[in-house]
Amino acid sequence: MRLNVKHVTRYSFDTPARGLVQTHKLIPSTCGSQNILSWTVTTGDAIRGAAFRDSAGDMVETISVRGPVDELVIEVIGEVETVDLFGVLRNYRETVPPTTYLRRTRMIRPDTALRELSAAALEGLDGDSALNRAHALARAVNEAIEYVPGATEEMTTAAEALAGGKGVCQDHTHALIAVAHAADIPARYVAGYLHSGEDAMGEASHAWAELYVQGLGWVGFDASNRCCPDERYIRLCSGYDAQDAAPIRGIMNAGVKEHLDVSVAVMSQYQQ
Amino acid sequence: MLNGAEVRAAYESLERWHKSMPDDLRSLKQSEAENLFKRVGITFAVYGEGGDPERLIPFDMFPRVFTNSEWRKLDRGIRQRAAALNAFLADVYDRGEIIKAGRIPEHLITKNAAFEKAAIGFRPPRNIYSHIVGIDLVRTGADQFFVLEDNCRTPSGVSYMLQNREVMMRMFPQLFVENRIAPVDGYARLLKKTLASVAPLKCDSEPTVVILTPGQFNSAYYEHSYLADLMGVELVEGQDLFVEGDFVWMKTTEGPKKVDVIYRRLDDDFIDPLCFRPDSMLGVPGLMSVYRSGGVNICSCPGAGVADDKAIYTYVPEMIRFYLGEAPILENVPTWQCAKNDDYKYVLEHLSELVVKEVHGSGGYGMLVGPASDKSTIELFRQKIIENPGNYIAQPTLSLSACPTFVDAGIAPRHVDLRPYCLVGETIELVPGGLTRVAMTEGSLVVNSSQGGGVKDTWVLAE
Repeated sequence: MRLNVKHVTRYSFDTPARGLVQTHKLIPSTCGSQNILSWTVTTGDAIRGAAFRDSAGDMVETISVRGPVDELVIEVIGEVETVDLFGVLRNYRETVPPTTYLRRTRMIRPDTALRELSAAALEGLDGDSALNRAHALARAVNEAIEYVPGATEEMTTAAEALAGGKGVCQDHTHALIAVAHAADIPARYVAGYLHSGEDAMGEASHAWAELYVQGLGWVGFDASNRCCPDERYIRLCSGYDAQDAAPIRGIMNAGVKEHLDVSVAVMSQYQQ
Repeated sequence: MLNGAEVRAAYESLERWHKSMPDDLRSLKQSEAENLFKRVGITFAVYGEGGDPERLIPFDMFPRVFTNSEWRKLDRGIRQRAAALNAFLADVYDRGEIIKAGRIPEHLITKNAAFEKAAIGFRPPRNIYSHIVGIDLVRTGADQFFVLEDNCRTPSGVSYMLQNREVMMRMFPQLFVENRIAPVDGYARLLKKTLASVAPLKCDSEPTVVILTPGQFNSAYYEHSYLADLMGVELVEGQDLFVEGDFVWMKTTEGPKKVDVIYRRLDDDFIDPLCFRPDSMLGVPGLMSVYRSGGVNICSCPGAGVADDKAIYTYVPEMIRFYLGEAPILENVPTWQCAKNDDYKYVLEHLSELVVKEVHGSGGYGMLVGPASDKSTIELFRQKIIENPGNYIAQPTLSLSACPTFVDAGIAPRHVDLRPYCLVGETIELVPGGLTRVAMTEGSLVVNSSQGGGVKDTWVLAE
């Protein structure tokens, strides 16, 4: 499927900021399921530099804007050819040992309830394939946390989302990572785009988890939609959790009130 | 006091020195020393142990003496260890040959909190990760030294090494005429040379080196400013630096100045809020991007701490054999890892004989000294170990050597340890000596300043 992405992020400040610095992971890498046909990131008159490909295979770039600055617009426009590999990450260049993704951060630390959910999901599956066990965990998370926008916040942890029983794709992903870790399965957070059509949960800007499945390698699981990423998905970048995988991380001077406006559209060629 | 003609001669001269010192002169000198320390402002706790930052650490005027031949062996052993630790870091952040060879279990590295994902697959200048290696040693016999632990991140305390010598030379100049004592004051020059030698390739002129401090409220701030002064480099806080384009810049009155090497005295977690802890106000946003793209070097490199973890410590002799193909010159203290089943059983059965430490602990906190503890303390520790075995290691109590130390009743033996500071850059450098810490309480084995330990000057006799 040929997908077109337009992702515009607009920061505006009530009082001009004295300057700002951001680190971006806004350029998807080519892998078996996606071929990047064209991709441009524009950042107004920000100074760009210090770009590198990190050990997880993501392009990282830091931008800075000298103040005073009252607005910054980041525009991503790209075209990607995708194929359905049933979520399996193939032909992807990275050097991080998978067991590194057993690291527990505040967002994904399993509490008793998450450990119990993990154990219950895997009950009786000891002899089953690693892939089936991963599917069981994703299903359990989907059933335990209902997709309800607005019930959680950016800093809500996996444990809190499970306790509340409601959340969005970020919460599903954190919870899936946590239950995977509880079963000693390496797992990580993936940020990306989804061509959602009508029936899929989540917005065009989406998140899912990748679990390390023995024999297959990294495999994506979208607990929000109870599926593995297919040709509707574009994989952007990854990390331990939402914060580590954030496509845009920024700092600005304290006391500046920031307004954030994000619009993302993913369209297939047939819709254009 | 140890054998050997040289050291005997030195200690004889010290014997005459302290015997000829009347009690009132001694207390006068002692308060003079304290005033000198207070005046320069050196009051922080050694090795970041916490405690009252304004408290003066007891200074013992009786120097500790190493003969030249004793030091030569230590010198070779310390350099060997520093080289192996760096080879290990270069390996685990690259191909991980030591893991593939089955010499170290992978999980000890990848699951280690100090292992940095952001450091994988990147070669820092000269492939060196830990530029200042502090190695804590104890002596148990005439020719036997054990390494207690390695410090690969930002070991502190070197300002004490320098100040202890300076104070002794001011108060007792005659001692330095009578004895041929190797100087330590070259440390700052060697440190600057080491840091400049690891400037990134993109630096095409005389490298600009800075020391990055968390600020004046940090307990080691004095040391940061003292070293900056001695080296003639800027002492900066995060807010004095900024990232623009491919480089890190320092704000100066003449406009921005490019920075090539940052000797940072703050933890990995705090150096870049855009890569690590987002709430850190101490670091420089974007620093890691510049580092990874080769625009600046950070000393020690982010992730260097994975080599000095107490669980990794056990494998340092293995590293020396694996990377250098040499036999370890300095021995490790035998260590039981509670994460291993057999060791776990042994430790629980012998708690009253062992010293038990937390894997990530430091400074003598969270530690059990079996022979010196009552039953309830031991039982408390037993429960802690049972709850989280992987968090504990155990070691035998060593019969540490003792050095003559001034006490109320005159001179008495007190237990000591030693931390030399090894510099790793284009070359490996080591000034003769280090920081000697002394347990001021009779019979005590704990030299940590947070537990009442003091410091003393450390002499290496010239040939």
